Amino acid sequence: MRGRKLGKAAFLSIVRNPMRSLLTMLGIIIGVCSVIALMALGEGSQRDIEEQVASLGTNLLIVRPGSTHMGGVRGGAGTLGSLSMADAERLGEGAVYLQGVSVEVREQAQVIAGGNNWNTGVFGVSLAYPQIRNYRLESGAFFDERDIRTRAKVAVLGRTVADELFGGENPVGARIRIRNVPFEVIGVLEPKGQSPMGSDQDDLILAPSTTVLYRLGDGRTVRSIVASAVSAGAMESAKDEIRDILRQSRRQLPGAEDNFRIFDQSEINQAATRVTGTLTLLLTSIAGVSLLVGGIGIMNIMLVSVTERTREIGIRLAVGARPRDVLVQFLIEAAVLSLFGGILGIAAGLGLAWGLYVVAGMSVVFNPAVIVVAVLFTGAVGLFFGYYPARKAARMNPIDALRFE
Amino acid sequence: MSATILVRDLTRVFRLGDVEVHALRGISLSIERGEFVAIMGTSGSGKSTLMNVLGCLDQPSSGEYLLEGTAVSRLGAERLADIRNEKIGFVFQGFNLLPRTSALENVELPLLYDRRRRIADPRGSATSALQRVGLGDRLDHEPNQLSGGQQQRVAIARALVTRPAIILADEPTGNLDSRTTLEVLSVLQQLNDEGMTIVVVTHENEVAAYAGRVVELRDGRVLRDFPVEGRRHAATDLSQIYGGER
Ligand SMILES: Nc1ncnc2c1ncn2[C@@H]1O[C@H](COP(=O)(O)OP(=O)(O)OP(=O)(O)O)[C@@H](O)[C@H]1O
Ligand SMILES: [Mg+2]
Repeated sequence: MRGRKLGKAAFLSIVRNPMRSLLTMLGIIIGVCSVIALMALGEGSQRDIEEQVASLGTNLLIVRPGSTHMGGVRGGAGTLGSLSMADAERLGEGAVYLQGVSVEVREQAQVIAGGNNWNTGVFGVSLAYPQIRNYRLESGAFFDERDIRTRAKVAVLGRTVADELFGGENPVGARIRIRNVPFEVIGVLEPKGQSPMGSDQDDLILAPSTTVLYRLGDGRTVRSIVASAVSAGAMESAKDEIRDILRQSRRQLPGAEDNFRIFDQSEINQAATRVTGTLTLLLTSIAGVSLLVGGIGIMNIMLVSVTERTREIGIRLAVGARPRDVLVQFLIEAAVLSLFGGILGIAAGLGLAWGLYVVAGMSVVFNPAVIVVAVLFTGAVGLFFGYYPARKAARMNPIDALRFE
Repeated sequence: MSATILVRDLTRVFRLGDVEVHALRGISLSIERGEFVAIMGTSGSGKSTLMNVLGCLDQPSSGEYLLEGTAVSRLGAERLADIRNEKIGFVFQGFNLLPRTSALENVELPLLYDRRRRIADPRGSATSALQRVGLGDRLDHEPNQLSGGQQQRVAIARALVTRPAIILADEPTGNLDSRTTLEVLSVLQQLNDEGMTIVVVTHENEVAAYAGRVVELRDGRVLRDFPVEGRRHAATDLSQIYGGER
C-alpha cells in the first residue's frame, strides 16, 4: 500500500507542475524520440540491404579461374586456365555440402526482336541456376535436360530485356536473334531489382549452358561456376569441399597454389554489416548524449524540488519517515519523471518514423525490443540522476528541515 | 516505576558563526507515565528547544535523555524515525501540515510510515482521530481552506492517530479562542485519562491550570517545578460555560 501511495504522490507532483515537468522531460523526450525514429529508419535500411543480399542467391558460392603467378608478376583473373563444364559436373556429382551447381557462360551480345534491339548479357547456365540465384519464372517455362543436351536455341528473358524488346507484350513464343542466331523465347523471369552493388539483375537472358558455350562462345571458356551450400552454416565446409574436388579435377599437384578462387556472400554481408555498424555507433552516441543531457535536466529539477519541499521533508521525517523512505520517495519521483519523458519520446519517435514512411516513403521497421529497452533505460536514467538529490533529501536533519524558510 | 521521560544535565548550544547561543543550560527533569505537564517560561527561555529534543527531532549538545529507558542520544537516524513514529505525537507551534493535501491525508501521513502495522485500518483511524477533535465534517479540506484553530486541531489529530505513549504539544492553543482552547484541552485531558503522557508548552496560566504539573524555564534552566493545585477539568468547564449551545 505504501509503495502505491508513494507512486501516486510522485505522479501528483508531476501533474501539479505540468509545464515544469514537460520542460524537465524535454531532454529525455528529444533523445528517446530521435533514437526511436533513427532506429526504425536504420532497421528499415538494414532490411533493404538484407533483401538485396538475399536476392543474389541463397548461400551463394562463386568459383572463378585463378590468376597466373610468375615470379611475382600476377595476371588478371582467368589468365590461369578457364574452368570447364567437367569441373562443374564433378562438383555436381561429388559434393555433399552443395545443393545445386551451375556453370555461368557469359556472352555480351546484341539482341534483336522485330524492330527493337538491345545489348545485354547472355548467360549459359545449368538447370539448378534459378534456384541458386533466386530467379523465379513470371510466365512460360525454363529449359530442361534435353535442351541442354541438344544445345537448343531457347531463351528465358529478364524483365528489363523483355520490356526493352517487347514493350508490354508477352514475349513467350516469340522469336529473337542473338548475334544473328535465332532463338525462341520460352519464359520470362520475375523482376529481382538491384543488386547490392547497384547493377540491374533483370537485364539478362538465360539460355542452356551448351547453347551459349558452343553456338555463341568459343566452346571452352566457362566464366564461373556458381553453387549454393546446403545451409548458411555449411559455407566453410562447402568451400573446402569445392577446393578438394576442383584440385583433383584440375590435376593440381599437392602444394601448388589453387588455380581458381572461391568467393562467397559473407564478403557482401560484411560490407552491409559495416554500414549498419556505423549507424549503430552513431545512434548509440546520440542516445548516450541525449540521455546524459536529459538526466542532468532531471537531476537539476530534482535538486530544486528537494529544496522547495524541505519543509515537507521535515514534516515527513518528524512523523516517522525513515531517511530510506524519503530516499525512495524522491527516487520514485525522478524515475517516474524520466519514464514519463521516455514514453512521450517513444510516442513521438514512432510518430516521426511513421511520418517519414508516409511522406517520404522511407522504409521503417518497428522493433518492440527497442521500445522495451528505451523504457528500461529511461527508468534507469531517472534512478541514476535522481539518486544524488534523493540522498540529499534523505540526509536532512528533521528540525533543520522544518525550520527551513 | 521508571520515568517515561528522564533527562539529566541537558544542554543545547547553537553556533552561529563565532556566536554561541546557549538555549538549554543543563536541564534535569523526570516525567512519569500518565503525567500531564505544562512547560512555561518567557519567550526565548528554551521551551521549543527542549520539546524538539524530547521529540527526538533535535540532538542535545550534552547530557542524557532516556525515553522509556532507552538512551535515545545513541540511536541512529533510522531507529529515531521509528521512535518518532511509534512513541511520540508532536504538535508544532506552527502546525506544519502538508500543503495541498486534505486533512484526512495529513492525519494519515504518520500511518504511511507505520512499518510494523500497529494500526490496522489507517483510513478509519485517521477519520476517527479527526472526529475526536471535532473535524469530522472537514475531512477533505486542505489546510488553506481551514481556519487557524482547525489547522491546529488537524495537527493534534495527526499526533494522536498513532496512539503514541507521549504527546508533545508546542503551544497547541496559541492561536485559538477560549472555547476552542477548552475543546482542545478536553481532548488532551481525555487522552491523558486513557494513560498517555502529555507535555504542553504554554505561556498562559489559564491553560496551565488544566495540567497536573508545571515546569517553568528561564534562560535555559528549570526555574520552578510544582504540582498544580485545584486542577481544572476542561469537559466540565465546557459544559458549564457553553453547556446549552453544544
Ligand atoms: N536554530 C537556532 N539557531 C540559533 N539559535 C536558536 C535556534 N533555535 C533557537 N535558538 C535560540 O535559542 C533560544 C531559545 O529558543 P526557543 O525557540 O527554544 O524559545 P521558546 O522558549 O520556545 O520561545 P517562544 O515562547 O518565543 O516560542 C532563543 O534565544 C533562540 O534565539
Ligand atoms: Mg517556542
